[in-house]
Order: sequence, then C-alpha cells, then structure tokens
Amino acid sequence: MSDLLTLRNVTKRFGGLVAVNEVSFTLGAGEVVGLLGPNGSGKSTVMNLISGELPATSGSITFDGTDIGPLPPHRIAKLGISRTFQLVRLAESLSVRDNVIMPLAFASPHVWGRKARRRADAALERVGLGGQGDMAPADLNYIDQKRVELARAIAPDPKLLLLDEWMAGLNPSELRTAIELIRGLGDTGITIFLVEHIMEAVRELCPRCIVANAGSVIADGPTEAVLSTPDVRRAYLGEAADV
Amino acid sequence: MKFEKKHILFLIGAVLVVAGLAALPLALKDYGDGLLLGLFSYITLASAWALFSGPTKYISLATVAFYGTGAYTVAVLNETLPFAVVLVVALLIGLVISLLVGLATLRLAGVYFVIFSFGLAEMVRQLITWFETRVTGTLGRYVFVDLTTTHLYWMLLGLACLTLFIRWWIGESRLGLAIHAIGDDETVARHAGVNVTLVKLALFAISAAIITLVGAIQSPRYVYIEPSIVFSPTVSFLTLIMALLGGATRTWGPVFGAVPLFFLFEWLSTNLPDHFSIVLGLIFVGIVFIVPNGVLALIEGLFTRKRRGTRT
Repeated sequence: MSDLLTLRNVTKRFGGLVAVNEVSFTLGAGEVVGLLGPNGSGKSTVMNLISGELPATSGSITFDGTDIGPLPPHRIAKLGISRTFQLVRLAESLSVRDNVIMPLAFASPHVWGRKARRRADAALERVGLGGQGDMAPADLNYIDQKRVELARAIAPDPKLLLLDEWMAGLNPSELRTAIELIRGLGDTGITIFLVEHIMEAVRELCPRCIVANAGSVIADGPTEAVLSTPDVRRAYLGEAADV
Repeated sequence: MKFEKKHILFLIGAVLVVAGLAALPLALKDYGDGLLLGLFSYITLASAWALFSGPTKYISLATVAFYGTGAYTVAVLNETLPFAVVLVVALLIGLVISLLVGLATLRLAGVYFVIFSFGLAEMVRQLITWFETRVTGTLGRYVFVDLTTTHLYWMLLGLACLTLFIRWWIGESRLGLAIHAIGDDETVARHAGVNVTLVKLALFAISAAIITLVGAIQSPRYVYIEPSIVFSPTVSFLTLIMALLGGATRTWGPVFGAVPLFFLFEWLSTNLPDHFSIVLGLIFVGIVFIVPNGVLALIEGLFTRKRRGTRT
C-alpha cells in the first residue's frame, strides 16, 4: 500500500498551550483510519492542520508527494483533500445543490454548468438527499445538513476524506445508515480519516485506529488491539474503567 | 452558455430601453439633463457598491474616497490631457488604491472594516487638502471640459449598463457562488478551493474602479471642486442606503433602491434643505427595520406567499 498522507513530528502551539505535540503517522492509500481520544486531546486540531485551516508550528505534512504544510486550505482542497466540520458549516445563502457544486467549481480542473449539476445531484443522491437540491440549507434538519456536508465533501472525488465527528448526534437507526454510507465510500477506495467518539462506528468502520491523548499519539495499530491496551483504556475511559 | 429565447428577448428589450434612455435628453431641458445625470450616477454607485459589499457583507463607507479621487483626478488633469485619457488615468488610480487598501484591510471583519472604510475616506480627503494647501497652494480647482451634460449622461448610462452586465455575469459564473459563500462563511469557501483573498480583492477593486469612474465623469458638473465638496460622506451613506433599500445581493436591487431615493433626496434638498440629514437618518433606520433584505426580496416574498396560499 502506498503512503498517501504522512505527518512527521507535527507540533501545534497556541501561545503556551501545546495542542498537538510531535505527532507522526502515515495513512496508506485506501485505508479507513479512526482518530480517537478524549476531549481536548487535539483531534480536531490535527484535522485542521491537515486541511490547512491552521498552520503547524513545526513538523511536516506530506500529501501524495506534496509538502502541504505551508499551503493555504484552498490549495490543499484542490489537491484532493475534503472535509466535514465538527459543527455543520454550510453556505446559508446558497441552495443545497450550489453548496455541493462549489467544490466542483473550484476543483482543478474545475467542473461547471450542467455537468456540475449532474455530479452534485449524484452526490446528494448518494447521501440520501436525492431531489432536495433546490432546498435552502436552513430548511433541512441537523442530520440532513450533515448529509449535505458529506455530499459537498465527496462530490469532487477527493483522495482523502476527513470526517470530524460526522456521526455525532445521530439516533441508532440513523447511525446504522451513516455507518453503511461511510463503509460504501470506503469500499470505493477513497482514504478516510475520521475523528469519532462513537465506538460502535469506529469498530465497524476502521480496521486501524490512532489514539491521541493530551496532544500526543499514545497508540496506533489494529483497532481491537489498540483499544485494549492499558494506556488507551486509562486515557479514554478513566483509571478504573472496565469494558 | 447557451442562448435561449428569453435571453434574446431580454437583449432586445434592454437595447430598446437603453436607446430610449439615451434619447431622453432630447426631450428634456437642462434641469432634466442634470437630474438624469445624478440619477444614473447613483444607480451606478449603488450597483458598484453592491457588487462587492452585497454578497460579501463587507459594508464599505469608502465609496466617497474613490468617488472623490476620481473627481480630483479630472480636476488636476483636465487641462493637460484629453478627457478620455483622464478617465483611463482615474480608473488606474482607483484600481491601484483599492488593491493597496484591499490587501491591507480585507482581513478585517465586520465592524472593523466599516470603521476603517469610513476612516479611509476622511484620510484621502485630508491628504488631498494637505497636499493642495502645502504643495500646490490652491485648495479649489476649476474643471472646464468641452462636454455637455448630455455627453456626461451618455457616459454614465454606458457605465451603468456595464456595471449591471458585470454583476449579471458574476452571478452566472463560478465567482457568484464563491462570493456568496465568502459572505456566509469564509472557512467553507476556502475548504471548497476558493482563493478567498483573491476573490475579495478582485471584487473590491472592480467595485472601486467603477466608483472612481463615476466620480471622474461627474467632475465637470461641479465646475469648482474642493475636497469638502467631492469628499462629502453623504455620498457614501446615500449609496449604501440605496443599495440596501433595493436589496444588495440582487443584480437589479440597487437600481430599484436608487431611483425612488434619488428623487426623494432631490425633492428634500430643494424643499427641506435644513432637515435633510434628519430625514436621511430616519429613512436609514426605517429601511434597516422594515426591509432588511431589500424591497425586491419583500415583493418576491409576498408573491410566493400568495402562490403558496392559492395552492393549499
């Protein structure tokens, strides 16, 4: 398996606070990997460093042979990294379809006009929002807004998809649908890196996971093995926890 | 883009309307000419202002900074260069200033940008005043150009058409999506591959260049120019309020705002000159409270409600 994304000794400091501390890992092309850790362990910051939302204080991030560390988010997006946000972010003044068309219109090479509409509608169909392209984002409920975000992320056929707690807040039946949806995406060969608190989803979707605590990686390996190491259980579930 | 029947019909209609407007001065006396000129000046100003500030929601009070710069460029150069060349120079000056200002300020968000843009207008005015009194030694300048009001009106009519065309074109292009997204959430736009800084800068510069040209074309009408005349903050406020009344995110919004308000202000300044500012303020407050999204959105809302009402 060839390496798609490599983080080497990546550190992010906010003033005196070290949010991400000397983090290194590699994602192979086609892998589906989970990033776990308690609140404040730096998971979202790692996502923001990869997508370019935040610049790293030190260390290097390489994607598909390109050093993306110094690049702004719009350049990184064009290279084939898409993401969703922890709290849904949509362009409220655009229709649902136009939200999905946008990354196509600014991909390289860009897709526009009827072809973009077709691809956007196909992406919406895929996430279960077929025929709702003309709606305004504000008219959709929270779950459907999350679906729009996913459609927006997958529409340009990214090489790497970053999902930041995309499944948070779903009820059990929605969670089933969501897991199947992500599994289907993983089966198409797209590399997925997801931050998730829902263990059921991580166990089912991610053969491998990385665990962060207080800004450092404390475990990286096959999910079941990682989840049963003492360090991880202590960090994640508290000292006296028992599963 | 494919041309459909409605496009052709629109084009024919537009040509007829513009031809009619261009012929209007033949039927009007001098006062009417001046009115038309003022009207199209504000239509263009409001449309150009909305081009940038409408979708991005960066509320600019710098309109008069560029307008005055355009007027002053003509005042300084009108005796040495042909008018057409002066216009090109004004356009370039507007572009350069807006690019410099944009690079420095478009990172400012919300209210900071509003304050900065207001400060910019004052700064340019003070700079020119300082320069004129200290270096050239004359504060006022005369503008004598061999052009009639009708000529100037035709130029502004053309510029208004161009501005509307640019706004329409942006709305149809990828840029339209990008600027709306920028106004909603810059992070979303950036992660969709939009070079947010470049888009904002480009639109700000286009808008400022048009506004500078309006000032330049209007310049001969003043005959006598000094900074307090062409850098009056009222120009910025009127432009803003017209665009807001019509609806700044729509192509035709500023036109529908500029027409009634221009005539209203014209009437006020002759009949209630002492209370002009009070009425202006009241109208401002009224628009923000009653039609925050502009009259076009309001009318559209009424229509869709009516249609929905009949369906159920």
